[in-house]
Amino acid sequence: MKILLVFISAAIVNNFVLTYFLGICPFLGVSKRIDTSVNMGLATTFVMSLAAAITWLINHYILIAFNLPFLQNVTYIITIASLVQLVEMFIRKSSPSLYRSLGIFLPLITTNCAILGLTLFAALREYSFIESLSFGIGAGAGFTIALVIMAGIREELEFADVPAPLKGAPMTLLVAGMLALAFMGFAGLLSV
Amino acid sequence: METGLVISIVAMGGLGAFFAVFLTVASQKFKVEEDPMVEKIMEVLPQTNCGACGFAGCHALAEKIAAGQAPVNGCPAGGQDVADTLARIVGVESMKAKRLVAVVLCRGGNAEAKRSVVYKGDRTCAAADLTGGEKDCAYSCLGYGDCVEACNFEAMAMNENGLPVVFFDKCVGCGACARACPRDIIEMHTEDRRLFVYCRNRDKGPQAKKVCKVACIACRLCVKDCEVEGGIEIRDNLATINYELCPQDDKPTRRCPTKCILFGENERVTSASFYASGMQKVSGD
Repeated sequence: MKILLVFISAAIVNNFVLTYFLGICPFLGVSKRIDTSVNMGLATTFVMSLAAAITWLINHYILIAFNLPFLQNVTYIITIASLVQLVEMFIRKSSPSLYRSLGIFLPLITTNCAILGLTLFAALREYSFIESLSFGIGAGAGFTIALVIMAGIREELEFADVPAPLKGAPMTLLVAGMLALAFMGFAGLLSV
Repeated sequence: METGLVISIVAMGGLGAFFAVFLTVASQKFKVEEDPMVEKIMEVLPQTNCGACGFAGCHALAEKIAAGQAPVNGCPAGGQDVADTLARIVGVESMKAKRLVAVVLCRGGNAEAKRSVVYKGDRTCAAADLTGGEKDCAYSCLGYGDCVEACNFEAMAMNENGLPVVFFDKCVGCGACARACPRDIIEMHTEDRRLFVYCRNRDKGPQAKKVCKVACIACRLCVKDCEVEGGIEIRDNLATINYELCPQDDKPTRRCPTKCILFGENERVTSASFYASGMQKVSGD
């Protein structure tokens, strides 16, 4: 039961982008079109799930075993960077067009604070392995949801009569704020 | 304490080594066959991704050159050196790299242009353009230096007269200044062009003369003096040069009453001559 709650909490109730305000860089940068958003979301979800799993293993079998909790930040970053490299290689081989459309945002997944945040939260809340995995997948799902909603709205905005001073970045930020406000409706529902 | 240090180093080192091996294996498995020509071209390009070539970054240009869809002198920021090296790599005759330079087409500075208002807003051209700026001429240079700010190659500066100058020796032709100017006063031209009309005023002659001493009043003297019929035309009360027809000489400049059309003016200023002459604007507006 807790596994399911962790998943829903990470995906919707405590959405990483709209509640914790993590991972805003790709959120604003890739959410122009729905298909790139979906692909970016999937790539990030993949990295997040693997990161959650592998960092749990490292945390338990290396860091806690040898009493090195202070190395958490560094080892997690190394892990995430390596995973992103792997994803980059894979995408470059399997879909060059996706690779080009994601552009600089693909290697930027490494610096996505949502991923580091996810791994550190999981360590802080002392989740088990399955719970961490669920947390990672849920966070990725939440990130994808936020990205796709934003992309949908921005695609519609292309044809709307936006006042000239607000066109582009200002409008995007306003919409993001309103989305965050909307997701506040879930506040306090679950605290796992 | 000591053992803790050793264990940390071993743990981190071990982890790093593990990932290094893992990634090396993965990179072999996921190897992408890139055209070696593209890699060789990439080594030569400046890697600034400025976009002056018209493509999406240096890698995109490298791919196009390798495919024969872009000329070897397609990188204006790289200059003649890059063009020659690329020509050697690609194996065709090198075409002369026609460097683009920025030309500021307004000479109505503090001394020449009339002002009737005081602007107290943000001292950027983009902001001032919303209100019309301080000078009476609605087409003039606003003088707050958004162009100078945009230049990444230290090829521009503001002079004492409140106008931007382009250093002919430093400009690489990336076009950032032209894009930054809200009034489109800066144009990019190949360096062999020397004849320019340094005015953008499209008001009728008497009106133009009232707002600026060096405005184009559309008197048509340059049109008559140009050797080729149609080399210079008057469009919207402004003399416009047709660079395909008009020969590059100083004949059209001789009779201009306001001296707004000039020959060889844009090459006059280099960074050395500018800073030596002490013409730079004192900061603090």
